[in-house]
Order: sequence, then structure tokens, then C-alpha cells
Amino acid sequence: MYNLEASILSVCYLTGSVAFITGLKMLAHPDTARRGNQVAAGGMLIAIIATLVLYRSGGTHLHNYVWIAAALAIGAVIGTTAARKVQMTAMPELVSIFNGMGGLCAALISVIEFEHMAQASPVLHSLIIIAGLVIGSVSFSGSMVAYGKLSGKVKDHTFRGQHSFNLIVLALVLFGIVYLLCRNPGMPGSFVFYTLLALSVSYGVFFVLPIGGADMPVVISLLNACTGVATACGGFLYQNPVMLTGGILVGSAGMILTIIMCKAMNRSLTNVLVGSFGG
Amino acid sequence: MSTLLNFIHDNLDMFYIVILSIFLGIEVISQVPSVLHTPLMSGANAIHGVIIIGAIIAIGETAPDNYPALIIGFLAVVVGTLNVVGGFVVTDRMLEMFKKRKPTTTKTSHNV
Repeated sequence: MYNLEASILSVCYLTGSVAFITGLKMLAHPDTARRGNQVAAGGMLIAIIATLVLYRSGGTHLHNYVWIAAALAIGAVIGTTAARKVQMTAMPELVSIFNGMGGLCAALISVIEFEHMAQASPVLHSLIIIAGLVIGSVSFSGSMVAYGKLSGKVKDHTFRGQHSFNLIVLALVLFGIVYLLCRNPGMPGSFVFYTLLALSVSYGVFFVLPIGGADMPVVISLLNACTGVATACGGFLYQNPVMLTGGILVGSAGMILTIIMCKAMNRSLTNVLVGSFGG
Repeated sequence: MSTLLNFIHDNLDMFYIVILSIFLGIEVISQVPSVLHTPLMSGANAIHGVIIIGAIIAIGETAPDNYPALIIGFLAVVVGTLNVVGGFVVTDRMLEMFKKRKPTTTKTSHNV
């Protein structure tokens, strides 16, 4: 019985992965784009329902179904309403918000898993959790700033030495990661972990803030790819093939799309990202 | 070093998925016309919402009396659902809008 359920779950994940690949392929052609979106959505639905019904860890089903159902209902209602009501011109802003939500989701998963993590966890297990946290929160705060810029709520903001300042914040983030991975079991971890969370969130803000408002589509595409990578970290963490396929697929497709978008504007990605520092 | 090698060996199928998916992602969208840049980005955005499965597992494995973790997990599932549902619906609306246009207006590119 147990094996049967596990096999059905695997087949559902396989179906989901194939649907994501097919859907993305169809999305890239004008005639099939809308159908492609539906195919991907169908794959997602299968993967989610299969997880809810069939997933088992250590022989026991998932619990807290009331919490899960309530959260799913709230998210679905708000998501559908927002996507239906939004003005056509404000759609990119909404995409940016949704992207940020995905990043936040990845970061929150890392927070929960960090609390569950035993002191003696393997280094690479910790690395996956921390990578999910950092990439997810950078993507979250970056997307929120990108949303603010597109909607005109946040102005372009540069100050002298911003480039160096960003590099210092990035160096602090890397230092925090190395500390968490190399610390001895007795050394404090939680404080550094939450400092790292705060640093990553601020790095996302500082990273997007100086970039010109007109370049936001490129930045959103880049952050989209980032969230894809954060999702893939989650896939590694739970050994979940559909999360891994979906995440890496979006990560690489998003990265290529970012470069294509830059080319369409006759600019290089570096130019978009650091171009504003000169003036 | 041996830790890393062991890790790669134990998760070999995962690494194959990663490497093949990278090439697949590049291959699948390499011929996209500029008018589809924004919908494609939006659709890809909805697909990475598959992170919600991780959120469901995380909250589903939490002890029923561990309220801080439950609240964080609850929030994770809500924002994950927003990403998935909102992402697919907004992409559908974008593409619906495209359908009405004539193919001659494909030069508008991604004026997002």
C-alpha cells in the first residue's frame, strides 16, 4: 500500500515536470502561448494535490491540514482577485509582487527548516537551507522595490560610493554564510542566521534601488531567475524532483530571457546593472 | 572534499536533473519573439511558484503545537499560493489581451 502511494506520487511529479517543460515551450510561441500557460497550470495543480494527498515522511501523512487549507484558500482568493482586477498597464507590477511572494516563500521555508535543523546536520544540508534563505530574501525585497519603481512610488536613488557600499553588504552576507557553515556546534547560530536574513533583505533593496526605472523589466526577469534558483534549493532540500525541475528550468530560462531582453534594448546586462553608478 | 564527493554520489539523480534542466531551459525559450517577453516572464514566474510544495511539506511536518513554525509556515503557504494562482491568472489575462491584437503590432516589444 505504501509503495503504491509513493509510486503514484512519483508519477504525478513526473507529469508535473513534463507539463512545466511543455508549457514553457508553448509559451514561447504566439499561437500556443495561452494553451501553454494552461498546461503548466494543470501540471502545478496535479503536483500540489498529489503532495497534499500522497506525501509521506517517515511513514506518516502530513498533518495541520486545517492550517494548510486555510492558507491555500486565502492565497487563492487574494491572488485571483488581484490578478483579475488589476489594470492592464499595471500587470508588470503585479508580476513583480508575485515574484517577490515566491522569494518570500523560499525564505520562510528556510527559516522553518533552520529551526528544525539538528546541530549535527551535514554542511551541505545547511548550505542548501542558507542559500534558499539568502536568494529568496534578496529576490523578495528586490521585487518589492522593483514594484515600487514601476508604480512610481519609489524614485531612482543613488548616492556616492553606492557601488562600494553594495559590495560591502554582499561581503557581509558571504561572511555570514561562511560563519554559519564553519561554526562549531557550541557557537551561536540563530543570531547570525537572522542577521543574515536582514542583510539579504537589505541587499535586495540596495541592489535594485540605483537601477533606472526603465530597466525594471530586465531586473524583474533577473529576480525571477533568482527565485527559480531558490525554488531549486527547496527541491534539493526535500529531494523533490518537480520543485527541482521547475526551479532550475525557470532559473536558466529566466537568465536567458534576461539576456535576450537586454539585447532587444541594445545593451548588455552589466550595463543595465551598473550603468547607473556613473551618474 | 570527500564530503562533497559523497554528497554528489548520494544525490546523483538530482545533479542530472539540474544539469539537463539548465540546458532545457535555455533551449526551450531561445526562439521567443520580443512581443512574448513579458508573458513568458510572467508564466515562468508562476512556474517557480512550485516552491509552494516545499511550504506545504514544511508546515505539514511541523508539530501541531509548535505555533511559531505553524504561523511562519501558514504565511509561506499563503504567499506561495499567491505566486502560483496569481501568476497563472495574470499570464492568462496578458495572453488573452494579445489574442485580440493584429500580428502587425509585434514591434511593441517589452514596454513593461
